[in-house]
Amino acid sequence: MLGNLHSTAAPLTASATTSASVPGVVETRHLDFFYGNHQVLFDVSLRVVQHEILALIGPSGCGKSTFLRTLNRMNDLVPSARWQGEVLIDGQDIYAPGCDVMALRRKVGMVFQRSNPFPFSIEENVAYGVKINHLARDRQHRAEIVERSLRAAGLWEEVKDRLRHPALALSGGQQQRLCIARALAVEPEILLMDEPASALDPIATARIEELAIELKQRYTIVIVTHNLQQAARISDRTSFFLMGKLMETGATQTLFTKPVRKETEDYITGRFG
Amino acid sequence: MSASASRLGTAREEGRRPRPGSDAVFHWTLRGLALAPLAILIGLGVQLFRASAASRHAFGWGFLTQSAWDPVFGHFGAWPFLFGTLLTTGVGVVIAAPLGVGTAVFLAELAPFWLRAPVGYLVELLAAVPSVVYGLWGIFVLAPWLQQSAEPWLGDHFSGVPLFQGAPYGVGYLAAGLILAVMIVPFVVGLSRQAISAVPAHQREAAYALGSTRWEVIRRVAVPTARSGIWGGILLATGRALGETMAVTMIIGNRPAVSASLFAPGYTLASVIANEFTEATGALYISSLIEIGLVLFAITVVVNLLSRLLLSRIARAGAAA
Repeated sequence: MLGNLHSTAAPLTASATTSASVPGVVETRHLDFFYGNHQVLFDVSLRVVQHEILALIGPSGCGKSTFLRTLNRMNDLVPSARWQGEVLIDGQDIYAPGCDVMALRRKVGMVFQRSNPFPFSIEENVAYGVKINHLARDRQHRAEIVERSLRAAGLWEEVKDRLRHPALALSGGQQQRLCIARALAVEPEILLMDEPASALDPIATARIEELAIELKQRYTIVIVTHNLQQAARISDRTSFFLMGKLMETGATQTLFTKPVRKETEDYITGRFG
Repeated sequence: MSASASRLGTAREEGRRPRPGSDAVFHWTLRGLALAPLAILIGLGVQLFRASAASRHAFGWGFLTQSAWDPVFGHFGAWPFLFGTLLTTGVGVVIAAPLGVGTAVFLAELAPFWLRAPVGYLVELLAAVPSVVYGLWGIFVLAPWLQQSAEPWLGDHFSGVPLFQGAPYGVGYLAAGLILAVMIVPFVVGLSRQAISAVPAHQREAAYALGSTRWEVIRRVAVPTARSGIWGGILLATGRALGETMAVTMIIGNRPAVSASLFAPGYTLASVIANEFTEATGALYISSLIEIGLVLFAITVVVNLLSRLLLSRIARAGAAA
């Protein structure tokens, strides 16, 4: 199915044999997911390759956000959640008993649909994860991590003179980049983004998209988006979800121009035309 | 847009004949009712101020710092009462604040769902018990226990601390403070719980996603985010404690003196008014009691305003989020 892909597929084929040893690789095997008796994901098997951007698209309620949240076990917070199958991060099953969920969430960072900075200062927001995970040797080291993370999120120049100002005073786009900086501060390998730009204006959206492409150099990114153009602009590969099933995964350009499944074509053309 | 709005306005006027007379009556009646509490509050303050003129002129600001309370010779100073009110309130708040915030955290974050409503309700019930019942319990249960067990123990184990020295009377600052703690804990619990529950789920998620444990989410995100609500609750409880009269009067010991020991009997602003108003003879005596009322009024109004200010801050933050 993936044999006819063009250049972006190269890392995929390379990784297919070495996924267990390459860091920053996510793989799910026959993943079913339930809320109570309601099944939201059906037999999802998917592999994410190091340093790629994988976009998850599909209509509302198709399970793409739930799928994203299985990758850092955020769904555990819902009491009725149940699952079957495996989710491997760096070759380790994160749902196996004895898995350190806190360590997992440090490794797999997340940026949410609505920017959710804490009602603290800008600096304290970025430093939060550094503090609870004891990642800084001392105060100065922590300040360095804060600066590096803010720079990586493209926010440093805008906020360097007001690090002690409340984060909630920033604009929506700045808040979202602050949340990205906060996620980067704990040095994750993988970054999950759940419609990170859906509440932002076009300019702020463009900045987030540029940022995602930059961050790809160092992180593996899985992004859920409702915006098909966005998926087309930034992602290397795209997965199309429908009714809890993974219909199709392919190089983004191929999936948008020559989808294999009829359902994918209907969804894409329905949105465009 | 404006054209359609004005057309709508016309239609409404045609549909309902204007009755300016009754509308105006209705309007001014409601406005009057709404302003009445404010007028009562201001009137109360003015009246207390005017009726305390004799005392204010006789003693000036020294009234607040003088310790003599001698109706026979006409020397009146409010310091023992002010001291007693502040000390018993302090004891009550120091005990009730951690207890109440802890209970609130438990109820909002940790307790199983089936337990939250009943325990929350029982805690609220503490506020519904008439204060005279607390007073009775204080006299017959708490004070003897303090005198025979708790105060001797504290005296033995904290002998270097001035607060815990002196003869164990049972009745006194400590007993009043403990009763106050029980009485105000529901206010701390109620408002703190509300504030902690109001912390948005997306902020907890952000904390979990950074590798926080449940405890870290509570301690570093939920409680700090709710802090203005928690402080508002503590201040509101402080206001209640400052003005509490009946239970404190029954157990404070009613001795107009200042003592550094929590075991000693004392007096408070509220209880001296309650106890002595009927016996007060002479204009200066009455005026002095009224000035004590003025002091208490001012303190409680300020404390309540502060707590409202903090609580309105969380309401605004909630609306913004």
